[in-house]
Amino acid sequence: MPMAAHLMEVLQLLIGGLANGCIYGLVALGFVLIYKASEGVNFAQGDMMMLGAFIALGLGNEGQLGLSFWLAVPLAIALMFGIGWTVERVVVRQLFGQPQFALVILTIAMGFVFRFIAGSIWGYSPLVLETPFAGVNLSLGGVVISLADLIAIVVTLVLTVALWAFFAFTKVGLAAQASSQNQMASYIVGVPVMKINALTWGLSGAVATVAGVLYATRGAIDPNIGLLGIKAFAAAVIGGLGSLPGALLGGLLIGIIEPIAGRYAPGELAIMSPYILMLVVLVTRPGGLFAQIHMKKV
Amino acid sequence: MSLLEVDDLAVHFGGVKAVDGVSFSVEEGEVFAIIGPNGAGKSTIFNLISRIYQPTHGTIRFDGQDITALKAHDIARLGIARTFQNIELFDHSTVLDNLLMGRHTHRATNFVQDILHLPSVRREERAHRRHVEEVIEFLELEAYREKRIEGLPYGVRKVIEIGRALAIGPRLILLDEPASGLSVEETQDVAFWIEDMRRDMGLTVLMVEHDMGLVAQVSDRVLAVANGRPLALGTAAEVQADRHVQAAYLGSPEAAA
Repeated sequence: MPMAAHLMEVLQLLIGGLANGCIYGLVALGFVLIYKASEGVNFAQGDMMMLGAFIALGLGNEGQLGLSFWLAVPLAIALMFGIGWTVERVVVRQLFGQPQFALVILTIAMGFVFRFIAGSIWGYSPLVLETPFAGVNLSLGGVVISLADLIAIVVTLVLTVALWAFFAFTKVGLAAQASSQNQMASYIVGVPVMKINALTWGLSGAVATVAGVLYATRGAIDPNIGLLGIKAFAAAVIGGLGSLPGALLGGLLIGIIEPIAGRYAPGELAIMSPYILMLVVLVTRPGGLFAQIHMKKV
Repeated sequence: MSLLEVDDLAVHFGGVKAVDGVSFSVEEGEVFAIIGPNGAGKSTIFNLISRIYQPTHGTIRFDGQDITALKAHDIARLGIARTFQNIELFDHSTVLDNLLMGRHTHRATNFVQDILHLPSVRREERAHRRHVEEVIEFLELEAYREKRIEGLPYGVRKVIEIGRALAIGPRLILLDEPASGLSVEETQDVAFWIEDMRRDMGLTVLMVEHDMGLVAQVSDRVLAVANGRPLALGTAAEVQADRHVQAAYLGSPEAAA
């Protein structure tokens, strides 16, 4: 193969990987949100993404509710915010004062419930979300990029910056960070810790829905796509659980390494590549690339 | 009218009466100490005032307002700040950020202003920063401003917690064993700070403390409690001389009978 064609192929792989990585990054952002607010891990994050995608599909597709795509998506985001909020108020709050592991078990179980709900409403065969930009491709000097990929990349970048600003500058965002570090101390400086937790779960439901819709614009969905959450968790760990830009970077790295490994490495190695990357990062930088946990000076 | 009025306060955990019929009032500008043996219910009284525990019965009034039904996060806004016996700080953050978090209830800018970082937000931030710098200067924490809490010595963390309580800008400050684990020199610093808080800042101080030297030095009045019940109320000398108080600390044939 000539050199130029070779380069084009790599570029093409990179762009697809980048768009994929954005989806991983967004789900990883959901992990980080929950972790920032409660220092716990929500293993139903991937399934929340799946549920968000299905709700958008249920609202927007012809033959379902048939709303306009531009109405269905904000509505799905708002609904999933409500579901995230409710899950915290009704279920997660009961675990107050329990060991962290209780939340892990609870959220794994919640994932099963979400999959069951989606399966019983929409069935288990793949469905396609109808979008106004399906099949539209842009060509940039020989490299083809689908509009769906471009939108995924742009939306992810904007959302990451917005969330980062939310945590860095706003009263609510700072209160959320404070309550993740010490709930008792947060109460006495006037932070309504419970409300903040519910808000964060709502927010992570909303972010998961954005991820789900972006995923659905690029392929069919079924109730098991939430398993992508495992890769996204690896992304969050690579970034340093607790860092929003780290989560995005972790997602992008995994997104890019997958197609490259798929093209140039033996099949089994390609499937394992995200986890190999995670292992390498954990061995060399135990706190992740954007470590929030610092070594204690002795 | 007293600044803080505690009336017939009780909290029962199952059959354990941690606090059982305690009443006292703290006047504006007063330094009021609660003493008693371990497990007497001193910290429990603090947790009731700061609304972490719900009383079984009794009322707590602050500045004439019944605060018994308020939530823990409402207390700072009213002007009540506190420290904890076991130090509750934001361990992964810097000293400055911990103190700035004390200004939480004073942030008036809204979400949109915050996220756009408008001039009004920056102006407000500068005001909070000035306030916090005054606290840093008062407690001589300059050397630790940008240090993270984890890894700082115990005595320093203890002072930082007092600093965060002061950053709240309170009228009443609750100090839960401010001298425990401190050296003699550090305890003397705490005594001076408490006196300055009252004299220069016009604060009212309610403290739980075991160090009778410190209590006698700074307190106007002392309440002794044991087994959740009040024993004696008066000046430090009066309370120390009280027969019931001595019996509670040392044990006596009468108490055993």
